[in-house]
Amino acid sequence: MNKIITIVRKEWAEVFKNRMVIFTVAFLPLLMTALPLGIIYATRDTSSGTGEALDSQVPSEMTQGLCPEGLNGAECFQVFMVSEFMMMFMIVPVAIPVTIAAYSIVGEKTTRSLEPLLATPITTVELLVGKCLAAVIPAVLATYAAFGLFAFGSWLIVANKMLLTALLDARWLIAVFIVGPLLAVMAVAFALMVSSRVSDPRVAEQVSMVIIVPVLAGFFGQMAGLFVLNRQVISVVAIVMIALDVLLVYLATRVFQRESILTRWK
Amino acid sequence: MIHTENLTKRFKNILAVDGLGLDVAEGEVFGFLGPNGAGKTTTVRMLTSLIGPTSGAAQVAGFSLGKQDTEIRRTVGVLTETPGMYDNLSAEYNMQIFAELYEVKDVKGQVEKYLRMLGLWERRFDSAGTFSKGMKQKLAIARALLHEPRILFLDEPTAGLDPEAAHLVRDFIAELRKEGRTIFLCTHNLDEADRLCDRIGVFKTHLLVMDTPANLRQSVFGRKVVFHLRAVEEGLARTVRGLPFVREVKVVENKLLVNLDNPEAHNPDIIRALVEAGADVQFVGELRHSLEDVYLQLVKAA
Repeated sequence: MNKIITIVRKEWAEVFKNRMVIFTVAFLPLLMTALPLGIIYATRDTSSGTGEALDSQVPSEMTQGLCPEGLNGAECFQVFMVSEFMMMFMIVPVAIPVTIAAYSIVGEKTTRSLEPLLATPITTVELLVGKCLAAVIPAVLATYAAFGLFAFGSWLIVANKMLLTALLDARWLIAVFIVGPLLAVMAVAFALMVSSRVSDPRVAEQVSMVIIVPVLAGFFGQMAGLFVLNRQVISVVAIVMIALDVLLVYLATRVFQRESILTRWK
Repeated sequence: MIHTENLTKRFKNILAVDGLGLDVAEGEVFGFLGPNGAGKTTTVRMLTSLIGPTSGAAQVAGFSLGKQDTEIRRTVGVLTETPGMYDNLSAEYNMQIFAELYEVKDVKGQVEKYLRMLGLWERRFDSAGTFSKGMKQKLAIARALLHEPRILFLDEPTAGLDPEAAHLVRDFIAELRKEGRTIFLCTHNLDEADRLCDRIGVFKTHLLVMDTPANLRQSVFGRKVVFHLRAVEEGLARTVRGLPFVREVKVVENKLLVNLDNPEAHNPDIIRALVEAGADVQFVGELRHSLEDVYLQLVKAA
């Protein structure tokens, strides 16, 4: 365990000296928090003023599992719009670990520091876990912090307690606290596999960012009305993610073999 | 300390190491020489349990390769071909990381000891990226010693260094030798190997020879004694050739180059014969072939 902690500390000391990593970790959560908060702020008057007028026009997609009893049409519209951005919010736990992992692993390749590291009594699993944690922990913490900021901002903007509860319901909690970390693990495992095949951190980062595509596809699918991200859908996503994580971590471990790192990583 | 039997490594269709068998004793400095691509680094990687052999067996510090790999890595120190420092981190933190990974008890004490020993203590807060190549190499040597390894593997420790830095590194290796550490030295610098190593193995996929530098010279070239004369006549050369213990005689300018098995025993007889034949002997000395000559001869023959 001590060796894992040493690796995590070393990784953070290294990667957080990189401006690109700092920018991604700091800026992305702020942006993804500002977007839904901006929507709530921009539509705050709609919910209090013209709510009843919109009631009859609210499509059933908006109310299905999203809008609790007691909210008027405009408030339901707010809940629906904010929930559209939940998928965008999920970019945070994907993009941050990809950036960190790309720099962490390819960085070792470019400085040729992996060989002395592997010559120590550290096991491959300890090294791999250390590197994964170094990428996953900041991503998860940034996601939690961003969600905290979003919750606080919503509390400041929204006067209606029922609307606030609807905005920050179980879907968000499952997404942030369960799907978020699972996405981060998936992103790291994927970045690890990509990093083992390329020699430039930027190339590794760009190729690894492909992992964002399913998240964006979910966002646009939801916007296009293909599905509504209700509690059931989120729960299914979480279960699928667990299976995907197991598969990707297994594949990443296969790639991250001592011998292949030293003899085949170019 | 190091014992290998038929150690072999194959990468798909490439045979990198073929049936290596060697023994390195405790406290010995063993020079491992060979051309680029000979398989030296692969051998070091196998012996430090970084990669596994395809076949064969080895014992390092009493631990079995492939069965006690973690123990082997805990016991040996490795200076890899490139220093591989974390350039954004300070010299001290670079050392601290490895001290922790090697489970060193007194991390601060050991880091200070070796940074001071290699003259880097004053620069400990500077990032390794600001160091010169020589300083990085010294830092890498310090890192390899942090856990007081019984066996030290040094892969090209002076490669690419300026003469002053190379001299410092060589002096440090000599100091380690005095401490009684076992050193496995891979080098292209034959003068360095000649000066530092107790024994040398010349390697090109398989071990060509293994002996002390002096014995290697003798086995490849024999021993040659140079007799400087005031003037050389063919009659003098014939006189020396006629002696039963002389293997070969060459005349070069005013010198006779005589190939002998035991110069200490036979030089007086040759001098006597030359004087009796009317020669004026000015100097007598042994012609010392460089290790480079020996190495080139062996590698060419292989």
